[in-house]
Amino acid sequence: MKSEVKTRPASRSIGRRLGAFVLLSPGLTYLVVLLLVPLALVLSYTVFRRGRFGGVVYEFTTENFARLVDPLYLDVLGGSLKIAALTTVLALLLGYPTAYLIAQLPRKWKTVALVAVVLPFWTNFIIRIYAWIILLSGPGLVNSVLGTELELLYKESTIVVGLLYSYLPLMVLPLYAAIERLDPQLREASANLGASGFTTFRKVTLPLTLPGVLTGSMFVFVPSFGNFVIPELLGGSKTLMAGNVIRNEFLKARDWPFASTVTLALIAVLVVLLLAQAWAARRA
Amino acid sequence: MRRSKILYVPFWATYVFLYLPIVVLVVMSFNSGKSAYTYEGFSLKWYGELAADERVQTGVVNTLIVAAGSTAIATVLGTLLAVGLVRHTRSKALDALALMPAVLPDLVLAIGLLLFYGLIQMTLGLYSVMLSHALFSMAFVAAVVRTRLVGADSSLEEASRDLGAGPVSTFVRITLPQLTPGIVAGALLAFTLSLDEFVIAFFTIGNAEPTLPIVIYSMIRFGVTPKINALAAILLLVSFTAVIAGQRLTKIGESRAQD
Repeated sequence: MKSEVKTRPASRSIGRRLGAFVLLSPGLTYLVVLLLVPLALVLSYTVFRRGRFGGVVYEFTTENFARLVDPLYLDVLGGSLKIAALTTVLALLLGYPTAYLIAQLPRKWKTVALVAVVLPFWTNFIIRIYAWIILLSGPGLVNSVLGTELELLYKESTIVVGLLYSYLPLMVLPLYAAIERLDPQLREASANLGASGFTTFRKVTLPLTLPGVLTGSMFVFVPSFGNFVIPELLGGSKTLMAGNVIRNEFLKARDWPFASTVTLALIAVLVVLLLAQAWAARRA
Repeated sequence: MRRSKILYVPFWATYVFLYLPIVVLVVMSFNSGKSAYTYEGFSLKWYGELAADERVQTGVVNTLIVAAGSTAIATVLGTLLAVGLVRHTRSKALDALALMPAVLPDLVLAIGLLLFYGLIQMTLGLYSVMLSHALFSMAFVAAVVRTRLVGADSSLEEASRDLGAGPVSTFVRITLPQLTPGIVAGALLAFTLSLDEFVIAFFTIGNAEPTLPIVIYSMIRFGVTPKINALAAILLLVSFTAVIAGQRLTKIGESRAQD
């Protein structure tokens, strides 16, 4: 079939170039104007002074970075990292066995189980967080069932629960895809050769599904790390995450340059993690 | 295959964890009492109050306007972009650029867009939210259409060209029909994402009348009432129906494609 392609007339290659231009230019223009230019703005505003009522004064300064390395903000970044990492680990502990069992269900039940995992994810994000306020608040269901009066809301752990609830489906899906692809004969061979269930898991299943583990972890970690809605609604005013600092500096303090600097720090952390993930995936 | 019984603990824990809050939310929406926490008896009165709430009505209308507009932009641009990327370039950099809005945290997109709108001194409102939503929606449409294109047979397009059809009629009569299931799936995805999107809308709406997620957010910050539960229950019903219908549709699409 490919040999016929060679007889293509010369005019067609000009036509092809024109076609490529017509197809690509609208989308790429949109991406340049509304993605690359805005990102360049975030980057460049980090070295300017703040305007009095938002905006910037175009005078070079390093004070935004000096403020960023203040222990107060480093703690916030560290705290966000910790919360996002804890969420990711918990999502793995719940998600891996779930994906593992779904992959072994009969075909019909597999679809049902997968849709059931994804379904909550397609409902309104704010509503899902609201549900936890109802469950965990003072007179809420958890306290009435336990007969206690525990303060369950507005803690770091509440934020973790909210993040886990919101992003767990994003962990299960890539894990399921990785486990599903696994050849069951490999595990049988391992068992026949005398390996225990745990050894088979450690030496065969886990290494072969590692790409899924890494993808799922990224899917959970990235939106958790940059979140400001969940810490605000479930964390009260006590625990600040990087997202809250960005939001407050932007919309309340109207310090656009410093908000941009924190945003840049957030992007930097994510880029480092993505590179680490790509490196780990290549080794896996 | 051996299945260790202990694995069923996290398996069922996952489903209980995912559905318990939803069940409680829906049950409490039928509460006759004033509390969103303690159930007193069955009543539909909160649904009545919800229907009378003008802020919610405006929110629903605004959300639909934004979703429809951004889906239209994203579907056209995303489809063209996907075809262009697969058929005309092998640039990994452009592929990555097209996917970037879907991968970056929403907060980063929101900040960048707000800075940009500030720089060009655009008045914020529904259309700035629409343009912003179209940005990430386009990435999702392009990604979905791409997967369809990679599997599609390009020899049909070549045959059409060899038989004398022009590039436009080949695109409209051969390429597009092959891609239709992907385009529809991408558009549905874009529409749903826009309906639920909060962060970017929150940053780029300015002082205009808000979209529904922002209305819900301010209601929650103001105080917890069963009215929010009633709204939540309706939204849950809408999204569950949409997802299950979408699931059916893609199944039908797939079986047609295989015929």
